[in-house]
Amino acid sequence: MLDLSVNVHKLLLKNPVMSASGTFGYGPEFDDFMDVNRLGGILTKACTSKNRDGNRYPRMAETPSGMLNSVGLQNKGVDYFIDVIYPKISHYNTHIIVNVSDSTVEGYMEVAEKLNPLEKITGIELNISCPNVKEGGMAFGTSCPMAGAVTKAVRGVYNKTMIVKLSPNVTNIAEIAKAVEDEGADSVSVINTLLGMAIDAEKRRPVLSTITGGLSGPAIKPVALRMVWQVSKAVKIPVIGLGGISNATDAIEFLLAGATAIQVGTANFVDPQVCIKILDGIEEYCSRHGITDIKELIGALES
Amino acid sequence: MKKFIHDFEVTRNIHITDDYFALNLKCPVSLPDMLPGQFAEVLVGNSATTYLRRPISIYDTNYDTNELSLLIKKVGDGTIALSKLKEGDILNLVYPLGNTFSMPQGENALLICGGVGIAPMLLLAKLLHSKGYNPDILIGGRTSADIIEPGKYEPYGEVFITTDDGSAGEKGMVTQHSLFTEKIKSYSIIYACGPDPMMKAVARVAASHQIPCEISLENTMACGIGACLCCVVETIDGNKTTCVDGPVFDTRTLKL
Ligand SMILES: Cc1cc2nc3c(=O)[nH]c(=O)nc-3n(C[C@H](O)[C@H](O)[C@H](O)COP(=O)(O)OP(=O)(O)OC[C@H]3O[C@@H](n4cnc5c(N)ncnc54)[C@H](O)[C@@H]3O)c2cc1C
Ligand SMILES: Cc1cc2nc3c(=O)[nH]c(=O)nc-3n(C[C@H](O)[C@H](O)[C@H](O)COP(=O)(O)O)c2cc1C
Ligand code: FES
Repeated sequence: MLDLSVNVHKLLLKNPVMSASGTFGYGPEFDDFMDVNRLGGILTKACTSKNRDGNRYPRMAETPSGMLNSVGLQNKGVDYFIDVIYPKISHYNTHIIVNVSDSTVEGYMEVAEKLNPLEKITGIELNISCPNVKEGGMAFGTSCPMAGAVTKAVRGVYNKTMIVKLSPNVTNIAEIAKAVEDEGADSVSVINTLLGMAIDAEKRRPVLSTITGGLSGPAIKPVALRMVWQVSKAVKIPVIGLGGISNATDAIEFLLAGATAIQVGTANFVDPQVCIKILDGIEEYCSRHGITDIKELIGALES
Repeated sequence: MKKFIHDFEVTRNIHITDDYFALNLKCPVSLPDMLPGQFAEVLVGNSATTYLRRPISIYDTNYDTNELSLLIKKVGDGTIALSKLKEGDILNLVYPLGNTFSMPQGENALLICGGVGIAPMLLLAKLLHSKGYNPDILIGGRTSADIIEPGKYEPYGEVFITTDDGSAGEKGMVTQHSLFTEKIKSYSIIYACGPDPMMKAVARVAASHQIPCEISLENTMACGIGACLCCVVETIDGNKTTCVDGPVFDTRTLKL
């Protein structure tokens, strides 16, 4: 029997495949295409202390093997999440991890504190890496003192599993990872989107209303893989790898680079069944390589 | 409505003009119900530069043969790649997506289509006709080359044409057509799909006559299923998704 389960701190995931924040709605969007309960976990769309309209349309530009987005954390706020969305997703038999974002440390704390009592929300992912908001967001994730401070503050009010999602838009991502580990992060997700830009040459205008946006998809995979490898060597806490994962081979590469679990983002748009295909493909890989416990693959890169 | 993902087989690729073509696609199982205005997210497998799916309206359906068709205008790499599909090729669709039009509250209805905006209007004309309406269908374009398959609409209503250069039908923009002076008061609803400036002009005229107006938007999309929030449009109730809350919107709810 193949054991696919992995531990992300206190969370026992039935397998390492999760959906990435902002690319999977809250889960029900994909019910028609798969049994969402088969996933190791669902990362919800960002949740902030107050309602946010996000940025103006256009918020998306296709790029070679990927896309830029500048959605900007559109959501109806934590109270709406608890009252309206949570009852619609609490039946899922998988880990539901809420992606928490805000523009102030107090905002992050408020959201985390309010989510703490929800039984089926088994963890949070602090998004300190959103490139698409004017204040806060990525600013928290690009300096060690800021990243450490927000992690520490939320740790003080949240006692379940706290994952911190790191920004790739830094010179030394391992340093940031260590800073949040030191302040009590239970795990890190690596990576959020890379800051990019698209121009419409005919109109001589930027494509996105915000001019710059976050790059995701297969285009960023080599960068993400490199960062997962660097971070996993630098910290003891489990690393969750993401960035461009589109098939089982990609997922295995991230495990080999040191990730304990992986998330699938933009690929969900191209194939709404891709998460399940990745899961099936991982099983197939394991049986082909005579692996009985997926944990054997974590960080098992040979050199 | 339940959404599906199916591999369709191309049964015909019909060259209509240099810019327009239609794909007939056969569903591997019974074709699910689809409503006017709904669309499919089409996976373009034969274009290296096209990563995301492309939203394309359901043009026509045939539940006897389990076929649907798409009417497509070549505007970029994705649609050009689709134009090269041949009989027997496979095309993966996520569908049926989005909402639909509401039915008229009075006797008559006016359908206005510009360019490829006629695509979602055929099923609407058919539905109205089956419910006993005899809608007026106004098709506009820059030249006669933009007036695609007007004959397809004739069984379901009375067809009128305008072109900017007068090469077919009345000369001028759709909102300058004589229907707007002669019959406008008889319509209980106006439906429109086409370029943004055209839909805005129609919405303004409809509002000035206090006629409800529904338009079908073509915002760029990434997922088509409400998961990414890339396709939003500003409404009086905040941002709504074009893919789930739309593509059909009552213009009174939009901040145009
Ligand atoms: C709900 C919905 C229904 C649609 N139905 C149809 C249909 O039935 N038939 C059809 O031919 N097209 C339809 N479209 C538009 C179609 O999706 C785009 O033309 C297509 O995605 C372009 O892909 P491409 O790779 O060929 O062009 P790209 O390389 O993506 O773009 C080429 C050029 O076209 C412009 N463009 C791209 N997408 C759009 C758009 N949505 N609106 C206006 N300009 C655009 C780009 O800015 C660029 O200048 C629909 C769109 C939506 C949202
Ligand atoms: C449309 C879109 C919205 C996103 N929204 C969020 C978000 O709300 N919070 C967050 O932490 N990351 C968000 N992300 C980033 C993804 O979760 C992920 O980190 C990134 O896209 C890289 O993975 P991928 O290449 O597999 O998509 C978003 C990405 C996309 C494409
Ligand atoms: S295209 Fe993703 S929400 Fe509409």
